[in-house]
Amino acid sequence: MKRVVITGAGTINALGLSVPDTLQAMREGVCGIGPLDIRDVERLQIQIGGQVKGFEAEGRYNRQQISLYDRFTQFTLAAAKEAIEQSGLTFSGELSARSGVVLGTAGGGVSTWDDNYRAVYEEGKNRVHPFVVPKLMNNAAASHVSMEWNLKGPSFTVSTACASSNHAMAQAFSMVRSGMAPAMITGGSESMLCFGGVKAWEGLRVMSRDACRPFSANRNGMVQGEGAGIFVFEEFERARKRGADILCEIVGFAMSSDASDIVMPSKAGAARAISGALQDAQLNRDEVCYINAHGTGTAANDKTECAAVADVFGPHADRLMISSTKSMHGHLIGGTGAVELLACIMAVRDGVIAPTIGYEEPDPECALDVVPNEAREAKVNVALSNAFAFGGMNAVLALRTAP
Amino acid sequence: MSIKDQVIAIIAEQAVLEPEDVTMDSTLESLGIDSLGLVESIFAIEEAFDITVPFNANKPEDSDFDISSVQSIIAGIERLKAAQG
Repeated sequence: MKRVVITGAGTINALGLSVPDTLQAMREGVCGIGPLDIRDVERLQIQIGGQVKGFEAEGRYNRQQISLYDRFTQFTLAAAKEAIEQSGLTFSGELSARSGVVLGTAGGGVSTWDDNYRAVYEEGKNRVHPFVVPKLMNNAAASHVSMEWNLKGPSFTVSTACASSNHAMAQAFSMVRSGMAPAMITGGSESMLCFGGVKAWEGLRVMSRDACRPFSANRNGMVQGEGAGIFVFEEFERARKRGADILCEIVGFAMSSDASDIVMPSKAGAARAISGALQDAQLNRDEVCYINAHGTGTAANDKTECAAVADVFGPHADRLMISSTKSMHGHLIGGTGAVELLACIMAVRDGVIAPTIGYEEPDPECALDVVPNEAREAKVNVALSNAFAFGGMNAVLALRTAP
Repeated sequence: MSIKDQVIAIIAEQAVLEPEDVTMDSTLESLGIDSLGLVESIFAIEEAFDITVPFNANKPEDSDFDISSVQSIIAGIERLKAAQG
């Protein structure tokens, strides 16, 4: 089995339009959640979100590209550019033929669906633009990354709701670890902050109208975000020989299915994914210093997740740190695990733990060290990133300081 | 603007050319318009003239709409507009 490292990272999210800006915001505990600026917002009950600001497609892409790129693809391409340029890789020859793209998204081109439903239903139009299908399909972003960067190996898109990115990155990791691919571009993106996207989420009554306060006793729901996180996963020896700057090592992952309920999380399912990741990475549980929680800020998730962590780690659960950065960038749904992996990289590389902001009241059912409100410096060798999706599909990744 | 001038403007925009570079005997291929550019041009023509162009990308040669040159496209649109009354 090969060792797998991360040699490039890129992002677009409500905290910043690059990795350095995002990590700076996480260190400072900045809240990227605010009033939504979208069409028909006055007809929404939920009027806040972690919306990406200052991202102008016109300055980044030409007219023809914009006609083909939904916002989730635009975010992906911008983040992929940052990640691949950081890695220093050029994909040609054998490297191009064997390296691919595996990305996660829950909804794909949601705003393209939304705009075109409006056109035919609300405005009564009888024709839509010819690129509606290639723009909205869930694999559009992965395909455009492959075309832009000449990636001709195994490429596809994973869709497991809020765990999409973690499942995608787990696939990419497996491919590099097994030797199937020398490098993979992976991560995910989401852009559901349009009228139809938010309206659909309102229906479930799990959204907060004012803030995302994970683990806090007065939490009242999740807040949606948008954006992308993209990484270059590369075989370690290859990266070492070419003198690449290695951000961290990925040491294991596990997936599990609750097989119980379409929306309610299960402690047992989450615990099996967490303990599975430790086993896959051959880690003792007391080696884990930090967990980036799924931490949605809903009543159900946070207490279930804390109970699962307590079950898996036993007494060590009280010594490790667990924070939810969704309090800052919102819940990026299918892209969330990718943006949250940045917090894990910051922990194992820079020794800075991103905080859970908006934390106001301790909850006895979430009695762990949730790194409330302020970032903390700590030496972290191993970090986990949790994602527990609707549909009961869970994926947990394990990271370690660069070898 | 005449039908001819409107069609030339649409095709020129699609080809990222000036309208004077689009001649009546130009083919879409010679103007650098690929298959996606073709369906986008047809969409723009349908929007501009409020017509439905009977074009099937699977079998362009069997479509009841000749796209072999700028001239034939303009003639096809003129027929469709005339049929519309």
